[in-house]
Parts: sequence; structure tokens; C-alpha cells
Amino acid sequence: MDITRRRLLVLLPAAVAAWKYVLAGTPEASPNYKLTEHWWGMLIDIPKCIGCGSCVRACAEENDVPEGYYRTWIERYHVADWRIERPEVESPDGGKQGFPPHVDDGGKNFFVPKLCNHCAESPCTQVCPVGATFATPDGVVLVDKSYCLGCRYCVQACPYGCRFINPKSNTAEKCSLCYHRITKGLTTACCEVCPTGARQLADLKNPKDPIHEFLRTHTVQVLKPHMATGAKVFYNGMDGSVR
Amino acid sequence: MFKDIEHLIRLAVVIAVAVVAFVILRAAVVPLSFGQYGHYRGAAIGEIASRPVAFAGHDTCETCHTDVVNQKKLGKHIVVACESCHGAQAMHADDPGSVQPRKLDTAVLCARCHETNSAKPKGFPQVATADHSAGLACDTCHQPHRPKIETAKSETEGKK
Repeated sequence: MDITRRRLLVLLPAAVAAWKYVLAGTPEASPNYKLTEHWWGMLIDIPKCIGCGSCVRACAEENDVPEGYYRTWIERYHVADWRIERPEVESPDGGKQGFPPHVDDGGKNFFVPKLCNHCAESPCTQVCPVGATFATPDGVVLVDKSYCLGCRYCVQACPYGCRFINPKSNTAEKCSLCYHRITKGLTTACCEVCPTGARQLADLKNPKDPIHEFLRTHTVQVLKPHMATGAKVFYNGMDGSVR
Repeated sequence: MFKDIEHLIRLAVVIAVAVVAFVILRAAVVPLSFGQYGHYRGAAIGEIASRPVAFAGHDTCETCHTDVVNQKKLGKHIVVACESCHGAQAMHADDPGSVQPRKLDTAVLCARCHETNSAKPKGFPQVATADHSAGLACDTCHQPHRPKIETAKSETEGKK
């Protein structure tokens, strides 16, 4: 086949158009929301949690979480005086309907709400083979449903057990820190309904956020700090027995 | 000098066609925004952000229900968001006429927070509902938006 002037003239613009199509790409974002101006996390004040389950119910309603699965859940810890290393943990239906009444079972008892820690160095995003899960520039770990293969690598990689496979879509699912809310200036559904203020959304890049004053004046901890995941859910008043 | 230059041209054409085919195929299968922020589809951020909300938020409730908010300000329940008890109301906020919130059962609702549990913080008001009200709905005595009973303390034996 000869490459004539005519053929070249036809091919070149086609190639240029195709290349431009590849290089383009239009980011879609909320109009007044700037990805680089936020760094999201959450503060959980354990001594304030009453285990009412409002957060679990609100999360399920806001995010259409299937029955029996939890993006956030509450654990009730019972630490007997002589078994600090072996706490008893229960979470009936994720704490969705609250907890059965306990009057006095001795030892130390408290509630621990859990959710995705939105790790800065998250193990789950590192194992995803297709780029379906990722950390956004504003520090939220999200799942791209249309890209997820459902291979479950991330479910195994998360040290906090925060991921599951949605039985309807067969894709990985997790707390999105109500990304559709926080980008609109609202707080997360769980923080919105928490009646005692035990959960508070925190924007670590916003100098006016009360989180900074709180972190300065309190001793906070993250879950499994030895795993160096850069967890951004900060727990105040957390007992050493919490796993 | 280039006696068989036709061979080279043929090869060049094959390579050029392959490159063009690759570029077109890549454009067809890789989303435009892939790699924009990292090894993922950048447009997914916008898609996730554009989902509708279910909980309207306390500020939205306050724009219409100022009377209830004023009631709440007189009591301890001012820290409790409206949707904490009434559930997600974004649909009601969008169309207050046709979407009405459900009536709540205080016997279930109040107990979720105020039922006695040794894991609850000691300062938090708790009752054993079975002893406290003998099955009566809480709003028989307490006004949920302003729950403290100012006059009839003796009826509840001084318990909150």
C-alpha cells in the first residue's frame, strides 16, 4: 500500500483528534468546592457515646446500606477487672437498634463507634488492582462502583474490617464519609443525628475548625496506630483494650 | 541507494496504523479522567459527590420550624438534631406539602437513648423504662422537645 498525500491528509487529523480526546477529560466537582482546600477526618468522643445507634440507622438510610451490612457500627466493650487483655465485645445488628439493657455487670463498660478511618496511607487503596478505590485529594477514601471488579482484595486488606461486598452490586462498599454531603457544606449523616455530639466531622485544613483546639487540649488516639495507616478518625478517651 | 524503499514504507505504514489503532482503542476504553488525580477515574469524585442527600440538616429544619427550635432551646434537647428522632427529612424539606414526617412512637424512641445501660456515661439521664413508666408512652408526661417536667417532680420519684 502506498501512502499517498491524500491518505496521509485523512489519517493525520483523525490521529490528532483521537489524541486530543485521550488527553482531555473534564473533572466534575461541586461548583464552590475545592478539593485542595480540605482534609477530612472525624473525631469520636468515646465518653459521650450512649450507644443509641442513631448513627448506624442514619448511615443506612442516607447511603442505602443493605440489611445486615454496616458502613458504621457501634461496639459495646465489657472489660472485666481481671481480664483487661481480653475484652468482651458485642455489636448486635451493628448497634442499629441500640443495645439490650445492662444494669450493672461490673468492670469497665463503654461504647466504641467505628467506621472507615479514611487513612492517609490506606492499605485498601494500595491493593486495588484496577484503581477502583482511591484516596481523593481532600483525604477521603472512596470506591468507584463502575470500576470495581469485586475481587475482595481491599476487604481483606483493611485492618479495621470496614469494607464489605454489596450483595446487590457485587462491588466493594465502605463509608464514603458522606462525600455527597460534606462537599455540599453539610456534615455526615452520622454526625448530623448523633444526639450527644460524640461524633464530629473534622476538616483538618480549615483553621477555624474546633478540631484543632480539641486536638491540642486532649489526648487522642487512632485505632491500631502500630499499623501506620495514617488513620484520620481520632478517638478521645479510648481505653487500651479497644481493638 | 534505497532500492527497496517500498519495504520500509510498508513497515512504517503498519506501525502507523497500529499506533493509531492503539490510540483510538485506548480512547474508547479508558475513561477520559483516568489519571487526573492519581491511578483512578477522576470523574468518579464528582459522581459520588453529586448523589442526593437524605438528611436535610438542622439548619434546613430551622428555617421553617422556629417555634420547635425555640422550645428546644429551653431544654437539654437543643443539642439533639431534629432528624435524630424524626428521621431523614430532605424529601419533606423539598416538598413540605405532600411529604409528611411519620408520627413517632415515644415508647421506642426515647428508650433507645435513655434506657439504662452500664456502658452509658454516668452523667447521662437513664431510666429502666419498665419501672419508670409502666409501659406508658413517654410523651404522656414529658414534652419531647423540652423533656424536663417543671412542676410534677414527685410523680417520677425525682428521677429525670
